[in-house]
Amino acid sequence: MSTQTGSAWVEGSGSRLAKYNIFKRLNWGRFSVIAVPMLWLAVFFFIPFLVVFKISLSETAIAVPPYTALLDWNLDEAFINLKLNLGNYLFLFEDSFYIDAYLSSIKIAAISTVLTLLIAFPIAYMIARSKPTTRALLLSLVILPFWTSFLLRVYAWMGFLKKNGLINEFLLSTGIIDQPLIMLQTDFAVYVGIVYTYLPFMVLPLYSALEKMDLTLLEAAEDLGSRPATSFFLITVPMAMPGIIAGCMLVFIPAVGEFVIPALLGGSDTLMIGRVLWDEFFLNRDWPMASAVAVVMLIVLVLPIMMIRNSQGKEEAV
Amino acid sequence: MKRRSLFLNTTATMGFIFLYAPMIALVVYSFNKSKLVTVWGGWSLKWYGELFRNDQIIDAALLSFKIAFISASVAVVLGTMAGFVLSRFRRFRGKMLLAGWISAPLVMPEVITGLSLLLLFVAMEGAFGWPAGRGTSTIIIAHVTFCMAYVAVIVQSRLSQLDETLEEAAMDLGAKPSSLFFLVTLPLIMPAVISGWLLSFTMSLDDLVIASFVSGPGNSTLPMVIFSKVRLGVSPEVNALATLMIAVVAIGVTAAMYQMRRQAKLLEKQG
Repeated sequence: MSTQTGSAWVEGSGSRLAKYNIFKRLNWGRFSVIAVPMLWLAVFFFIPFLVVFKISLSETAIAVPPYTALLDWNLDEAFINLKLNLGNYLFLFEDSFYIDAYLSSIKIAAISTVLTLLIAFPIAYMIARSKPTTRALLLSLVILPFWTSFLLRVYAWMGFLKKNGLINEFLLSTGIIDQPLIMLQTDFAVYVGIVYTYLPFMVLPLYSALEKMDLTLLEAAEDLGSRPATSFFLITVPMAMPGIIAGCMLVFIPAVGEFVIPALLGGSDTLMIGRVLWDEFFLNRDWPMASAVAVVMLIVLVLPIMMIRNSQGKEEAV
Repeated sequence: MKRRSLFLNTTATMGFIFLYAPMIALVVYSFNKSKLVTVWGGWSLKWYGELFRNDQIIDAALLSFKIAFISASVAVVLGTMAGFVLSRFRRFRGKMLLAGWISAPLVMPEVITGLSLLLLFVAMEGAFGWPAGRGTSTIIIAHVTFCMAYVAVIVQSRLSQLDETLEEAAMDLGAKPSSLFFLVTLPLIMPAVISGWLLSFTMSLDDLVIASFVSGPGNSTLPMVIFSKVRLGVSPEVNALATLMIAVVAIGVTAAMYQMRRQAKLLEKQG
């Protein structure tokens, strides 16, 4: 994603910054600037995935750490014993509990993503079309909640949605309902929580796509007799598509693996895979099973992650 | 045309109400005298007093601040290096790999990051005896890893907007690469570096999931304490704590905006 911008910048025929090549001579400076972050990420980001994969192939054991070794060797007696155990994966696909959890996470994440898009679009549209001075203010109003604690923002909804919470009190006092609605500990609360906490991630890419749009296209369509609704769906929406895709992925991917929101707002029957992994690890202490759940979750998410990287690449290339 | 903009403004305003109403309610109810969170019992600062007498919360807050400060400082150095390499260095072997590794933590579900780091620490302890047990240092390592990704993205986007002529001029005048970076590039990207530090600090302060995986016994961070309290239901002390945090953020952001506006006006005058 960065190569387009980065290399165009330094390698462009006229760019004299290619002289950063002085680094080529003393190599040590250049080498360490590259090597330090690279090494950190290799050790603490990449290798951990290999470890997770390895442990997902081992068996649970009552030991510290609670899993069996994959590789036994004893050089004196000259034996190497490699034990691969696919049992965790087989169990994952045999027990409908796990499959249901994956499907239900994807469903909850997808519905929340669509709801977030529907709420974020008018906000982003209004900001993009407002005066430059109000634009900065409105943008920072969208970003401000992002700086406050995620956990506390989810918590704020508990007080809103509970049986004797503010929404029910309000609706009861106005006489719209006469029985309090059960909202907390339902899937509905999980949707609200996801939409609420991920809204800025949707507004910002939408805004940057809408802001770049050439407004004369809409005028041209109007002159040619197109109704506003038609122009909106035939011009505005396609032009905003890169922002829509980026925003949807930024909401969908983390929402699939979300733990805090279903744990605080969801009911005991709200099945989400992040919560299953957490329980597998912290309650059942079954580390190999938790690892297998993580590996499959990663495989499910690879496609959307590739999509977002592609859309970013395109945006930067423009 | 008029009707459509009315519709647009109404929906967008409702969106903003949706964003702010829960937080405003939290702030108002933190001053509620009544123990029952939804019954209004008059104004009171009682829960703030309770908050400051709660040693568990205070200890956890101090630990979290310490972790956030160290994590943000290390993440800023590593993230700036990565962002700089990605936007200023010619193609080198592994550049695509670095770009992928640096952007992946941004979208990775936290449960996966937390689990994988914990398993790494356990495996490393088994292999070389380090890190011995888990606690503050393992939380810091985990936080640096995901925070540096955010810093790198911010620094990289600032560098790509930057006018290159100043750096070129310095080079033409014979600046060494190190002095070029510290005397020219770094001051120019300073706003990005500072916002990267602040973002890292808040993200580290806020992290529940990853810290729960990689921390050891007796190392409860503030989010871990809040989570265990809140799981049992709404707690007025947590309302007070949330209000204090919202106040700090609101003051900080207002100050930053004021500063930015002043600088923009200064630039306008000069221009």
